[in-house]
Amino acid sequence: MIGSLDEGQAAGRPTGNGRGRQRWIVLGLALVVLLAAGFGMMRMRMSYVPADLDLATTRSSNSGLYQVRYAPEAAVIPVNQIHTWTIHIETADGRPVEGAAITVDGDMPQHLHGLPTAPQVTQDLGGGAYLVEGLKFHMPGWWVVDYTISAEGQTDTVRFNLQLP
Amino acid sequence: MRSIFLTQWRLLITVLAVVLLTVGALTAWLWPRSPWTPEEVTTLRGLALASLPPLAPDPSNRYGDDPRAAALGARLFFDTRLSVDGTVACATCHVPTRQFQDDLPLGQGVGTTDRRTMPLAGAAYSPWLFWDGRKDSLWAQALGPLESPVEHGGTRTQYARVLWEHYRTEYEALFGPLPDLADTTRFPPAAGPVADPAARAAWEAMTPDDREAVNLAFANLGKAIAAFERQLLPSPSRFDSYVEALLLNDVAAMQAALSPDEVAGLRIFIGRGQCITCHNGPLLTNNDFHNTGVPAVPGLPEDLGRATGLPLAQADAFNCLSRYSDAQPADCAELRFAKADPHVQTRQFKPPSLRGVAERPPYMHAGQFATLRDVLEHYNQAPAAPAGDSELRPLELSERELAQLEAFLHSLSGLGQAPAACLGCHPEPDAPAAAAPERSIP
Ligand code: HEC
Ligand code: HEC
Ligand code: HEC
Ligand SMILES: [Cu+2]
Repeated sequence: MIGSLDEGQAAGRPTGNGRGRQRWIVLGLALVVLLAAGFGMMRMRMSYVPADLDLATTRSSNSGLYQVRYAPEAAVIPVNQIHTWTIHIETADGRPVEGAAITVDGDMPQHLHGLPTAPQVTQDLGGGAYLVEGLKFHMPGWWVVDYTISAEGQTDTVRFNLQLP
Repeated sequence: MRSIFLTQWRLLITVLAVVLLTVGALTAWLWPRSPWTPEEVTTLRGLALASLPPLAPDPSNRYGDDPRAAALGARLFFDTRLSVDGTVACATCHVPTRQFQDDLPLGQGVGTTDRRTMPLAGAAYSPWLFWDGRKDSLWAQALGPLESPVEHGGTRTQYARVLWEHYRTEYEALFGPLPDLADTTRFPPAAGPVADPAARAAWEAMTPDDREAVNLAFANLGKAIAAFERQLLPSPSRFDSYVEALLLNDVAAMQAALSPDEVAGLRIFIGRGQCITCHNGPLLTNNDFHNTGVPAVPGLPEDLGRATGLPLAQADAFNCLSRYSDAQPADCAELRFAKADPHVQTRQFKPPSLRGVAERPPYMHAGQFATLRDVLEHYNQAPAAPAGDSELRPLELSERELAQLEAFLHSLSGLGQAPAACLGCHPEPDAPAAAAPERSIP
């Protein structure tokens, strides 16, 4: 193929035969491939998180014991600013979970580092609501926040995904 | 028949090729029109100075936004009487015409510091001060250099006396009465909890009440200086003009603001270079702490960065939870929820703001790199850290890409117009020293 191209070009002949046709087809295909590769690379740069990431603010815990919902203090979760969340915990059948012991952890799966702060659940607000203080995210990107909830002798963990701009 | 068939094929393929080529060329040509995806536009908007929110009050300093405190603080910032031998002021190292830094690898006061002088524009936005964050407010920070034996080298009793002798009216109008500092038996000339044994002994010999009175005056001195520093903000750069134009879809203004190489560098900065993981937000720093494998300087004491900085902040007698702070404990979230992890925090340092960075070599916490090019080579290679683990990975950028990244960093320099805050006190802040007289202060 390459040989035929070179030959055709070197001779500078009009391309009135099969080889000439091939040359144009190759040229066209090469262009298509090039353009596709260009767009593909652009996409690759963008898609550096799982495409099906569940960003829901209500999720059930890993073994299905609890339904947990969170609400950050501001409408949008800030980057680089320490802030609080309120989380609401219910059993699978919709009963508020009170008096739970809760620990908070989080990390950036792609960066292999944790949260910059040590957030804590500081208040049981009653009715299954709890105040979480000291949350901070110091980079844009994909974060996970895990709450491990122990109540009535049972422990389960719920994970929230955040995609911060 | 055969030739018509062939001609049609050739025509078709030619047309196809031409169309594809044109599309390609058009895309390339049109690229500057919409060079960024919507996600990237969001990112860029977040980096622009226009996104900097108004400075929130500092609950630990109730004088922080009092213009009288700022005016007093400005004079204190330039006052060399606040030093052991009358030669050093904050402005000795934090030079106003040099982005409030000194262009040196290590600061020069009455001695030499172990780290580089930090620029001050926007420092008020940082929850932690110093390269290792060993202070949690601007006012508590200011007290550090004053008692450092290599910076101002004096003592808090000496400084309280400077307030008494030279600023008593302004001070007392704001903070209330000073004790009778004329009495040198109660208040020795040099007394404070400092390294010097004689000054320390003199301090221990004072009554607890007198020590407390001096501590209060010392804290207030810091609060006045902090009120001044809260006014020091970066000025807009060509990068900010670019983002402004981008948001208005003004192609001509975008092209006027940044060259194609600078735009390419910006693309690397927010993309492959991963610079915005740490240099994010409108100040281009997350004000957190990272180990980036910057080499240690032979001859200087071992520097563990954040690993030693956080315990110091937690133990600091002037921190947010201290009795000199005006904050409620609930306002001290950064301190209360700080995470101590000495292994991870080993040799973590605070990323400086990159605004104006091209104008102020050398770089890094002890001036390890002389040029921006050295900095970028470091990021490209990502060497192992002298202690702890570097968070960097090699970038594999080409020579050309490094040059583009460097070009972009130059576009972050201020455009020269003085920030409005400077103009509030003196009309020509960039003029020679003589042009900034005391009388211009209200
Ligand atoms: C001898 C030079 C020198 C003098 C004098 C000096 N500084 Fe500094 N300044 C430095 C150095 C060096 C650092 C970084 C030190 C470190 O991290 O350990 C620094 C850091 C700072 C920071 C931290 C900025 C940030 O982003 O964290 C502030 C604020 C500051 N100085 C203000 C002051 C004030 C106010 C005074 C006067 C009371 C002063 N400095 C006097 C050299 C000096
Ligand atoms: C993992 C966090 C991190 C990443 C990623 C990062 N930086 Fe930094 N940067 C820092 C820290 C921390 C410092 C200060 C380190 C020190 O002094 O030891 C710094 C310092 C700098 C400095 C020197 C500033 C000064 O005043 O000394 C420049 C310039 C710089 N970074 C540019 C970049 C560029 C360009 C990129 C992308 C290629 C980048 N940084 C990526 C954290 C980071
Ligand atoms: C709160 C009032 C105030 C603000 C705000 C202020 N300054 Fe000043 N400035 C002063 C005072 C007071 C002096 C010192 C006069 C003296 O030394 O007697 C001074 C002195 C200076 C000097 C002369 C330094 C020297 O060695 O004599 C320069 C340069 C300067 N300021 C620049 C700036 C810049 C740049 C800004 C804005 C980033 C600024 N100032 C903001 C009050 C202020
Ligand atoms: Cu990260």
